[in-house]
Amino acid sequence: MDATTAEAAAVTWRLARRPDGWITRLFDYKPFLIGLCLAPAIGLLVVFLTYPLGLGFWLALTNSTIGQRGHFVGLANFISVLDDPVFQLSVFNTIFYTAAATVGKFGLGLWLALLLNHHLPFKSFLRAIVLLPWIVPTVLSAIVWWWMYSPQFSIISYILVNVLHLRSTYINFLGSAWPARWSLVVANTWRGIPFVAIITLAGLQTIPPSLYEAALLDGASSWQRFRFITVPLLLPILSVALTLSTLFTFSDFQLVYAITDGGPFNTTQIMATLAYQVAIPGSELGQGAAIAIAMIPFLVALTAINYFGLARRKWQQGPANE
Amino acid sequence: MPEVSIRGVRKSFGPLEVIHGVDVEIEDGAFVVLVGPSGCGKTTLLRMIAGLENISGGEIAIDGQVINRLPPKERDIAMVFQNYALYPHMTVRDNMSFSLRLAKAPAEVIAHRVARAAEILGLVDYLNRYPRQLSGGQRQRVAMGRAIVRDPKVFLFDEPLSNLDAKLRVQMRAEIKELHQRLKTTTVYVTHDQIEAMTMADKIVVMRGGHVEQIGDPLALYDRPANLFVAGFIGSPAMNFIAGAVEPGGFRAENGALWPLGQELAARHASRMAIYGVRPEHLALAEHGLALEVQVVEPTGSETQVIGQVSGQPVVCVLRERLAARPGASIRIAADPVHVHLFDAESTARIGTG
Repeated sequence: MDATTAEAAAVTWRLARRPDGWITRLFDYKPFLIGLCLAPAIGLLVVFLTYPLGLGFWLALTNSTIGQRGHFVGLANFISVLDDPVFQLSVFNTIFYTAAATVGKFGLGLWLALLLNHHLPFKSFLRAIVLLPWIVPTVLSAIVWWWMYSPQFSIISYILVNVLHLRSTYINFLGSAWPARWSLVVANTWRGIPFVAIITLAGLQTIPPSLYEAALLDGASSWQRFRFITVPLLLPILSVALTLSTLFTFSDFQLVYAITDGGPFNTTQIMATLAYQVAIPGSELGQGAAIAIAMIPFLVALTAINYFGLARRKWQQGPANE
Repeated sequence: MPEVSIRGVRKSFGPLEVIHGVDVEIEDGAFVVLVGPSGCGKTTLLRMIAGLENISGGEIAIDGQVINRLPPKERDIAMVFQNYALYPHMTVRDNMSFSLRLAKAPAEVIAHRVARAAEILGLVDYLNRYPRQLSGGQRQRVAMGRAIVRDPKVFLFDEPLSNLDAKLRVQMRAEIKELHQRLKTTTVYVTHDQIEAMTMADKIVVMRGGHVEQIGDPLALYDRPANLFVAGFIGSPAMNFIAGAVEPGGFRAENGALWPLGQELAARHASRMAIYGVRPEHLALAEHGLALEVQVVEPTGSETQVIGQVSGQPVVCVLRERLAARPGASIRIAADPVHVHLFDAESTARIGTG
C-alpha cells in the first residue's frame, strides 16, 4: 500500500460495529451478572460464618462432650451456666476489662492522633512506630507483658525497686484479683492504641484546616476548637472505631489466655477464656458453646448503642443540596 | 485616619520571600480589592491581615493600632473563606452565632444580630438547615452572615465567588457590593478575576510576584495603567501589545505595519524603541486602516469580537458593528490615537498615552 492509499484508508476508516456474541449477551443479562458476582461472597459467608456459628448454636442446645455426640437438651446449658458463679464473675470481668481498656485506648489513642496530626519531624517514621504494637503477634506481646509482670523478673519492679528505690519489694502483678485485672487492662490498652490512633488520625485529616482558621477568627481557644470542631466532626469515625474496638476487646481471648489464663482463681476469667476452659480442657462442649453464645447479646447491644448513639449525626442526614 | 495601614510588609516562608515590602493604605469604609495572578501574594497578604500568617517584616495597623502580634480574635476582623468554611455540624443559626456564643454575648443580643443578618441576607427561612442542605449561593450568604453578626471593623474576603457558577457569581457580586453600600464596613477583597475587581472596588491593588504594581480606582487603572502588566491584566479581552519603534508618522511595528499615534506623543518619543498598546474596544473599522486578516469571529449580540492578524501580528478587536466577515477575509481597522498607550521596551513602564 503506498502512502496516498494508506492516508485515504486512515481518513475513511471507521470503528466497526460487530454483532454481539452469546457470551457478551449472557454477561449483559443483569440477573446472571448479579448471581455471578454474589456467588463467591455468599459461598464464603456460608462456609466460614454461617456454618460455624450455626454449629455453635446447635452445640449449645445439646449435651455434647468431646468425643461424644450429644442429645438435644433445650436451654438446659444456658440455665445451668447462668446459675454458675464463675460465669457471673466472668461476665463482670469481661465488662470491666472492655470498659476500662476502651477508655484507656481511646483516651491515649486520640491524644496520640492529635499529636501526629501536627507537623512533627520524622512524622511518617513516628506513625510507623505507633503501629508496632498492633503488628506484633498478640501471643508474642502477651508473653512479653507476662514477663514484665513476673513476680521475680519484672522490669517494672526492677526499676521501681533497684533504680528508683521507690519500693522495697517486687510487685506481684498477677497474684491477686485487682492487680491482675488492671495488668490485663494495661496490656490490652497498649495493644489497642494503634488501632484507635490510626483511625482517628485518618478522621482528623478529613477535617478541612479552614474550619480551624474560621474558628480561630471566631475567637475559639484551642480547647474550644477541639471541643466544638474536632470532636463533633470526628464522632462518626470515632463511633466506627468504638464499635470495632469494643467488639474486639469484649471477645478478646489471646491476651488473657497467655498472660493469666483466667487466674488467680478465675478472677480474670473473661467469657471467651471461660468458654474455652469449659469446652476444651473441661470437655463440656455444650456448656462451653452456651457461654460463647451468651456473649452474642452483649455484642449486639454494644453495636446497637454505638450505632444509634453516635454513628449518623443529624447534620449528615437529609437530602444534600449539591 | 486610614482604617487599615499596611506598611513595608514582607513575608517569607523559610528562605523564600514571597511578599517584598508592600504598602497599602485603606480608608475607613472603603472597598479595596487585591487582584493579581495566582501566586502574586494577595491571599497571603489577606491572611496576614487576618492573623492566619505571621508577618515577617513591616507592620499592619487596624484603626491606628499595630496588630502584628495580636491573635486573630483580638483584631476585630471577620473573614469569608474561599470554601466558606461553614461548620458542617452546625445549623445556619449556630454557624452565624458561633463567635458571639464563644464571646459569651447575651442571648438577646445573639438572637437580634442573627435575625438582622438573616434578614439582610435573605436567610430567614434557612436558619435551621445544615450547610449541606444549602445551595452554593446560600452557603456563600451564610459565610457572609457569620461575618456580619460580629460587626467587625474590617471584612476580609478570600476569593469568595470562585466556587460559584458564572451566573450566580454575577448575582453575588452585586449582592456583596450592595451589602457593602449598606453596612459601610471597610472591606478587603481578594480575587484573581479582574472583572470582579473592576466592578466592585473603590480602590484596586494590582499585585504581581509579591510586589504592588499599581494602586488606584478602577477607571484610573483602565485609563492610565502604570505598566505593561497592569495594562494587560485589567480589561477584557486583554490589551493588544505591539513591539516596534516610534516614527514621525506613527508607530512602526517590527513586522512593518504603521500604527497611528498622536503627534505630540510621536514627537516626544521620536525613534524610541517601545511597545504600543491598544485595547480591543479602541479599534474600529476604518476605510483606510490597517488590513486585518480575520481568523475567528465571535458575535455576542451587542458587539463582535474579531481575532485576526495584522501583518502576522495577532490582534484582537471588539467592534460595535455586526460583521459578516468570514475567516480568511480581510477587514480594515484603525486605532483611536487618543486611547493608545506607549510602554518603554526595557522597563515596561507606561511612557505616554494619546
